[in-house]
Amino acid sequence: MREIAASVISDQVAGMCREANIYLGEDVFNALKESLETEESPTGKEVLKQLIENVEIAKNEQIPICQDTGFAVFFVKWGQEVHLTGGSLEDAIHEGVRRGYTEGYLRKSIVADPLYKRKNTGDNTPAVIYTDLVPGDKVTIAFAPKGGGSENMSTVRMLNPSDGEAGVIDFVVNHVKAAGPNPCPPIVVGVGIGGTFDKVALLAKKALFRSVGSKNPDEAFAALEKKILSKINDLGVGPQGFGGRTFALAVHIETFPSHIASMAAAVNINCHASRHLEREL
Amino acid sequence: MEPKRIAAPLTDDLVLSLKAGDNVLISGVIYTARDAAHKQLVELMDKGEPLPIDLTGQLIYYVGPTPAKPGQAIGSAGPTTSGRMDAYTPQMFEKGMKACIGKGLRSQAVKDAMQKHKGVYLAAVGGAGALLSKKIKKCEVVAYPELGAEAIHRLEVEDFPATVINDAYGNDLYAEGAKQYVR
Repeated sequence: MREIAASVISDQVAGMCREANIYLGEDVFNALKESLETEESPTGKEVLKQLIENVEIAKNEQIPICQDTGFAVFFVKWGQEVHLTGGSLEDAIHEGVRRGYTEGYLRKSIVADPLYKRKNTGDNTPAVIYTDLVPGDKVTIAFAPKGGGSENMSTVRMLNPSDGEAGVIDFVVNHVKAAGPNPCPPIVVGVGIGGTFDKVALLAKKALFRSVGSKNPDEAFAALEKKILSKINDLGVGPQGFGGRTFALAVHIETFPSHIASMAAAVNINCHASRHLEREL
Repeated sequence: MEPKRIAAPLTDDLVLSLKAGDNVLISGVIYTARDAAHKQLVELMDKGEPLPIDLTGQLIYYVGPTPAKPGQAIGSAGPTTSGRMDAYTPQMFEKGMKACIGKGLRSQAVKDAMQKHKGVYLAAVGGAGALLSKKIKKCEVVAYPELGAEAIHRLEVEDFPATVINDAYGNDLYAEGAKQYVR
């Protein structure tokens, strides 16, 4: 059986925390550059230019793209033929987050008690970790530092099956419209459809881990992604909400089978600094 | 349109010359405060106790920067969502604050306070933390050091770019900007 030491996981995670926060992925960077070509508003173009320059400064100076270096969210696919030695997976990931955020001069944004004391944990732990056991002897770690401003503009709605496609479109577009400038547009919109109350939120989160501009493999849902993106950009909200054509860079939909009585839907929004990284061990 | 160069702290005349949609470049001294610092400032106001900084004419920047690397004045330093400060902002204007910089929507009470006390709300580009950090030349903690990134910092800025969202006349760029591009 293949063995992986917990320290190897920690090292990988520490490196991913730094890398994801300093280097914007090519997928998002290309989408920003493409939107500069199509943006009609002069103010909107100016914002997009600043965002592109910001990405370059972050890279050259090795500083975070955004001061909100996020809640550390992980999706781990663990091959069931791999044995972890020298510690637990959760501890190994937390050790990596602790080191990555401290050594990388990243902001520690997590408070221990959400309601009363709200005291900072000081090392950006704990992380939010989802683990799937999968066949094989590979381990895949996907990481996203999730900003609070865009996360706050997220929601779940238990739609009725009779609401149909129009109901889903209205729900997503109206929600994003109300969020307006708050989630730092141009945004990436993660949409979950189906499953239970909890599952649909997770689907929307997973949608944000997809490469920006990738399509849902199902033709009908890929068409729906395109339709919703066009309606969102037709709102005219534009970059930073100053007016323009580029309110969203992409809409990603993820689905799951549904109970006969339900049609759960969720929206999870990411800002233009849509940071995500995946590594296979 | 060429951005207007403005000096901070601000005078009433300067505030009244700004209109929603104007782009500005700010130079001078500004202060930071976000959720936790606002809560403490307003608690002092409610008790009638003195504040750790004089707010008269000041520009407050809603930011919680990343830690500075050796040799840097400040780490990444972009604006945070302003709406979370809405509960405290009218009192901040009452105490002499002239402007705040953040990103995102404000409440009607905040817009009313700006008309009443001659104030403006500016937005910096959210998520441009690396770029904005280059416009901050000096940074020191002046109150609540125990709050870490949320402490009140005194910043010296040069040509710090921002856009006027709400002016002292009740205009709102977020409401007006989209009208031109809606389809």
